[in-house]
Amino acid sequence: MTLLDDFRLETRTWLEENCPIEMRKTSTTETDICWGGRKWTFKSKAQKQWLERMASRGWTVPGWPKEYGGGGLSGDEIKILQEEMKRINAISPLESFGIWMLGPALLKYGSHQQKLEHLPKIARGEIRWCQGYSEPGSGSDLASVQTKGVDKGDHFLVTGQKIWTSYADKADWIFALVRTEPDAKKHKGISFLLFDMASEGVTTKSIQLISGSSPFCETFFDDVKVPMENVVDERGNGWTIAKYLLTHEREMVSNLDAIFGGSAGLYEAALETIGLDETGRLDNPLLRAEIGDFLIDEMAFTTHLAAAKDFHRAGNQLGARSAELKYLGTELNKRRQSLVVQAGGLETLSGSEENSGISKQSASWLRSKGNSIEGGTSEIMLSIISKAVLGLPSLG
Amino acid sequence: MELFNSEETLLKDSAAGFMSENAPVQALRNIRDRKAPLCFNKELHKSLADMGWFGMLLPEEAGGYDFGHRAAGIVAEEMGRNLTASPFLSTAVLSAVGLRHASGDHLSEWGPQIASGDAVIALAIDEGAKHNPVRIKATAKPDGNGFILNAKKRAVFDGFNADRLIVVAKAEEQTALFIVNPTASEVMVERSSMLDSRNAANIEITNLHLDGKDLLCPLEKSDDTLRAMLRSGRAVAASEQLGIAKEVTERTTTYLNERKQFGVPIGMFQALQHRMADLYCQIEETSSLVSASLRAIDTTQDSADILSRAAKAKVAKVARTATEEAVQIHGGIGMTDEVDIGLFMKRDRVLTEMLGDCAHHIDFLLRNRGL
Repeated sequence: MTLLDDFRLETRTWLEENCPIEMRKTSTTETDICWGGRKWTFKSKAQKQWLERMASRGWTVPGWPKEYGGGGLSGDEIKILQEEMKRINAISPLESFGIWMLGPALLKYGSHQQKLEHLPKIARGEIRWCQGYSEPGSGSDLASVQTKGVDKGDHFLVTGQKIWTSYADKADWIFALVRTEPDAKKHKGISFLLFDMASEGVTTKSIQLISGSSPFCETFFDDVKVPMENVVDERGNGWTIAKYLLTHEREMVSNLDAIFGGSAGLYEAALETIGLDETGRLDNPLLRAEIGDFLIDEMAFTTHLAAAKDFHRAGNQLGARSAELKYLGTELNKRRQSLVVQAGGLETLSGSEENSGISKQSASWLRSKGNSIEGGTSEIMLSIISKAVLGLPSLG
Repeated sequence: MELFNSEETLLKDSAAGFMSENAPVQALRNIRDRKAPLCFNKELHKSLADMGWFGMLLPEEAGGYDFGHRAAGIVAEEMGRNLTASPFLSTAVLSAVGLRHASGDHLSEWGPQIASGDAVIALAIDEGAKHNPVRIKATAKPDGNGFILNAKKRAVFDGFNADRLIVVAKAEEQTALFIVNPTASEVMVERSSMLDSRNAANIEITNLHLDGKDLLCPLEKSDDTLRAMLRSGRAVAASEQLGIAKEVTERTTTYLNERKQFGVPIGMFQALQHRMADLYCQIEETSSLVSASLRAIDTTQDSADILSRAAKAKVAKVARTATEEAVQIHGGIGMTDEVDIGLFMKRDRVLTEMLGDCAHHIDFLLRNRGL
């Protein structure tokens, strides 16, 4: 037996003993996810137990170093942990922007002190983070952010507005792009600041989407005092960190494919609502053809994502190619959701009174429209690929 | 994004080097312009075999090297990139897999000759304008200990001047695969002049008497054997077509950087950039799908059949877009015979029809899912 076999066996035993039955599910929905944070109320005793047990081993963030609350596992070990969790359908104990985004950024750019202060709290699900990037005037042209941080010696006074801040109303801390060097060039004047959302001068207002949900907020800063030591890396180097993080975000967004849960019931729905003709084919040839086109693209993307994961696990950086996954994955999901409501027909046109008649399928369909906007639009992804992968000339 | 092991990298490099040196697009032009009836170069065939590539899918006891489908796909992709004309698909893939699956005397007789580049064996399957193996009309009537074969086969790739044909027919309700000597007087072989300047023939067989040993395999094994042949054929043909898509897209990207209009390289225009970037993404995911289908065959996964169909269908769509975009973006010169784009487009069109087009396989995949 190799060391990895030992690890697999130990992991299997530990998971069997420690993963509560309620935390083993073949399909997960948005409401099953544990986000953690000061304001979090656990959905069940099992959810709390599962988080605590996994966090005690550092397995909410298995790849992070042990001293920062991680599991210190190698790539191969992480793969085994994932496989063993999948084997018993164990759901993820904790998801958060802290894990996906801030953590990787701090590990790469943060000081030892910053890592010690923030990473263990992320790993244990104690602090929930949000991301303050976009502004009303800075969407695709993100580096044009205007939120300003005025140097007051030992602190900045931060004033401005962020938008599309995911779950800002539920978050405890924010990592934000703030213009602290007004005289520097566009990309060189931004700093990456960390601050508590409970600070004086921070207010949030949620934005209702066409899908009925409100995952995003407008976030306002009015003379918010941010200590100087809360700058990550050098002042003025925020854009570098932001770009690094956006790459991570893209990898995550396309990984959401797993959360969306395969075909989202497309094939089953089509069979149920449309039925078969006398040759045993779906009784709507044109919609059937569209589903068929989707089917092969779905197979292609699924194998591509698996290849990308192997590539990544083997120690290669995806870099600009994460734009390719983001583009393909989000465009595919839009098609999928659109086909689900087409197949569902009239059945998906009514929903509950509380959600203004928006059915679950319609909500997913409407929400999916944002997939190719958030985290960099499809058009920005194509521009990145043109420039960084194909080597085509660019205007700027 | 694919991970190649060191053997695969070595193979890819050596195949790329060999094809571009010995069998580039110009070699195909020469064959076409000379109107050589065979439509491939015998010496090239032999040297491809000397490289070990015609024995890739044959077992060692039959003179082969057992490299597997992933390896065959790597070689086919380079053939696609260079429009290399050879009887690789017909002989080294379809027939080799059929012989191997059937095993027995035919494998011992023909395996070594395929591996050494001394024999061409073509699969005679299609009868109508579209590939449709479930509607074979050719008949093999039982006659004493043997059969009487009647068949009209169309677009038999590499069927002109082949040493043997593998003919698909129906013996009553059962599929039958016969090894037929095309020089028999009951067999009429008519060379067809093909769009892609490759070797193909229309073949008519009238009352040919065959006996049991002319069967590639026992009747009860025929369906399985044919399935294996078509599965491998699809995955490797998809690899060749993928090579075409990649090549024309790279050539077009180069052109976008070189061609100037309005004082700037046309690659500066976002309208073109985004089309190319989209195409690139499509090709990349197709590449993963093709590779997954080849590996699935090598590891005898249940999903191999499905994946080979999905790969064949998806590559047909993507390569069509790639060749069409290549012509459009090259503009007027893309329409001329002088640049190679049109030759890629022609071969692409033939590969799409070979072993089933996009609609054919999508229909199968949907029915397989109960839709």
